[in-house]
Amino acid sequence: MSIYEAPLNENTPPWPYSVDYDKVNEVTTDVLIVGGGTAGCHAAISARKKGAKVLVIDKANVLTSGCGGSGVDHWHNACTNPASGITPEDQVEEFQSCRKGIATSEYGSRASHYITARESWDALLDVEEWGIAIRDENDDFVDADFRDEDSRLMFAYDYDSRTVVRVQGAYIKKAMHDEMRRLDVQIQNRVMITSLLTEGGKIGGRVIGATGFHIRTGEFYIFKAKSTIVCTGPATRLWVFSTELVGANSIHDDPNDVGDGNAICYNAGAEFGQMEAGGRTVGGFRYFGYGTGNAHNTWFACTIVDSNGKEVPWVDRDGKEIKNVADRYRTAPGQKMFYHGPPPHPYETQGPTLTHDLAERIESGEFVLPFYADLPGMPELERKAIFGLMVGNEGKTRHGVYEPYTKGGYDPNKHMMQANVLPPEEAGVHKPWWNGQGPPQWRETAFGGGGGLVYDWDCRSTLEGLYTAGNQMLGGGNHSQSAATGRYAGRKAADYALGVDQVEVDQTQLSEERERVYAPVKRTAGIGWKEFQAGLCRVMQDYCSTYKAEETLKIGLEWLQSIKESEGQQVSARNPHELARIMEAFSRLTVGQMIMEASRARKASSKACDFERVDYPEVDPPEWDKYVIIKREENGINISDKPCDYWLQEPYASTYAENYKAHNGLDEKTRRLEMEAAE
Amino acid sequence: MSDYNEAYMVANPLAPCTVVEINPDNCTGCRLCIEVCRTDVLVPHPEARNVPIVLFPDECWFCGDCVAYCPEPDTIEMHVPIVEKVGWKDKESGERYRLGMKNPPPPYTTPPVGWKNIREK
Repeated sequence: MSIYEAPLNENTPPWPYSVDYDKVNEVTTDVLIVGGGTAGCHAAISARKKGAKVLVIDKANVLTSGCGGSGVDHWHNACTNPASGITPEDQVEEFQSCRKGIATSEYGSRASHYITARESWDALLDVEEWGIAIRDENDDFVDADFRDEDSRLMFAYDYDSRTVVRVQGAYIKKAMHDEMRRLDVQIQNRVMITSLLTEGGKIGGRVIGATGFHIRTGEFYIFKAKSTIVCTGPATRLWVFSTELVGANSIHDDPNDVGDGNAICYNAGAEFGQMEAGGRTVGGFRYFGYGTGNAHNTWFACTIVDSNGKEVPWVDRDGKEIKNVADRYRTAPGQKMFYHGPPPHPYETQGPTLTHDLAERIESGEFVLPFYADLPGMPELERKAIFGLMVGNEGKTRHGVYEPYTKGGYDPNKHMMQANVLPPEEAGVHKPWWNGQGPPQWRETAFGGGGGLVYDWDCRSTLEGLYTAGNQMLGGGNHSQSAATGRYAGRKAADYALGVDQVEVDQTQLSEERERVYAPVKRTAGIGWKEFQAGLCRVMQDYCSTYKAEETLKIGLEWLQSIKESEGQQVSARNPHELARIMEAFSRLTVGQMIMEASRARKASSKACDFERVDYPEVDPPEWDKYVIIKREENGINISDKPCDYWLQEPYASTYAENYKAHNGLDEKTRRLEMEAAE
Repeated sequence: MSDYNEAYMVANPLAPCTVVEINPDNCTGCRLCIEVCRTDVLVPHPEARNVPIVLFPDECWFCGDCVAYCPEPDTIEMHVPIVEKVGWKDKESGERYRLGMKNPPPPYTTPPVGWKNIREK
């Protein structure tokens, strides 16, 4: 506390929780799950059903934690539902093709996409069993184009392929939480995991548990486990940090996603892929997601009109105008399915969009700003689906948009929501605007845009005993992928755990970690967590911006290391909450190092990774069509690469189906039940 | 009313707005809002069963879970800061409105599809 703060803080009330930094709690389990979001909960339930003892650790409360913690309105990749004719093989191809060439995306994650295509629908049936409405139970949408008569399922986006299901999932986490309690899954809330324990304390050794501390009481926790599934999210706010702008926390990803999982797994020696990938961002200058007039995602395919009420035409993939609303949701003749996300897509999966020359037509004066999302002009059931069902249930939009807006007088039957006004050249063909681009030095890896843990057909990382699911996986992403891979990884980690013995933890590893974690509370004065965090962001902006080069990346790595050794040893925490924020900044620092190391290793630019090297400008040369792989070793960092379809190469079989059959871990009884459920 | 000449040395506000406001008349001090908050924006009042303190408003995600889980209706309100307030226009009359305006149109009271009460006492 500085001399300036002291007089103000004289009457500061004490911390409301009793603090004991010296207390050590030890808990033993079979399967340890780090991160109780969507992936973690599905993993916990499936591991528990295998008969394993399961413990879930979450930095928040599993009841509401994670990106899906405040709801979900649509469920992707459910191609095995009874109303869809799409096969998992089709789905994985669509997944793959639509990912190529999009900003903020990745090369894909084919094994996880296949697992998702196979089990997304099964996971959705699980969710239904836990009490979430996934059908038109009250017959509110009887004549809608998107409703299947027999199953009463309601689909979003592409009404022909019918792989995305509209769900009423505002309180989906509560349903999962109740099910976990019913199954006697153990939950430890408000504990931040800061390290993985390895056999003999060795980097690259078998993972045998984790350590953490309670972010309210400061108590230390040792978790001993036979297997561990890391289900955490990517590092948000790594480049841009400002808590005075709401947007700093208005991003789609849970603010607890800071890269803890990346940091602990990397420090333990697990391999990571594609850490260099990312995308531009507007940081804290966003509007609430789905809170402005747009035609994107949850609002697809709302009519957009200009200030004079003139409609912006929708066009098919050939640029031909689509005359009626119903056809915006239809595949082109001969097209199997389309992806609704923002173009460009390969021609095969390109869906309907707003006209491609929107920017020119704004500039020529044909369209007068601002634009509006014309919900009143949409057919009644489409309007009800967009606003009542989707905005009413999507993560953060029930209480962030639906309730405050409607209370404030917004009536979707009468009112056209205005689109925020941004430069015409940034007009997207789905939106017309979303957040805008932000300066090139502001980037992020969130929302499926960055790298992750290298995994195999067991959803196992490169370390024995360490499994992964959801966003933490290389190429991880959306709700259904988290659910499906969580479900799969839970089985595999349980199978492994039930066949091995517990291993004693290494005392040196424990004592070193305790010393590291509690150092900031032992300092009475020092740097606060916000300065530390913002300083890291500055290094990322300066040395790891959109335009990267060898020398600047090298300097950036030196700076991160220097800050870690200097200011990082001066940060101080006045309570366990601040300690958590400091340890999160250390997680981000590690992720920054991983990103810079991987960026140095990719000596080519890449459109798919949204990655530009000033010194290697050639875009996606064929010899660089591969993952850059990094891992930490005892004597430094090991850089290697993997083919983009490594899941279909030796030692695996050459087709998805064969690998899935050989590895999925479903026992005969479960398999039969799922077959029956599918029928 | 207190003397308006009374002034205090206080730090600048950290957050974009008073993120959540709890009506002390309705609050029973059950602390469920504290438990569902993902970033510990809210902490318990030192005196048991009293209105929670908004301690870390700068870390609010605006998810509204505290509003959703509060067992007492109309007790917690989440505030949309001016920086996030949007506008709209009546399709028929062309009249423009904005969130937070003086004399807004009447509330739209249809609940979201699938709405159900999760408030547990």
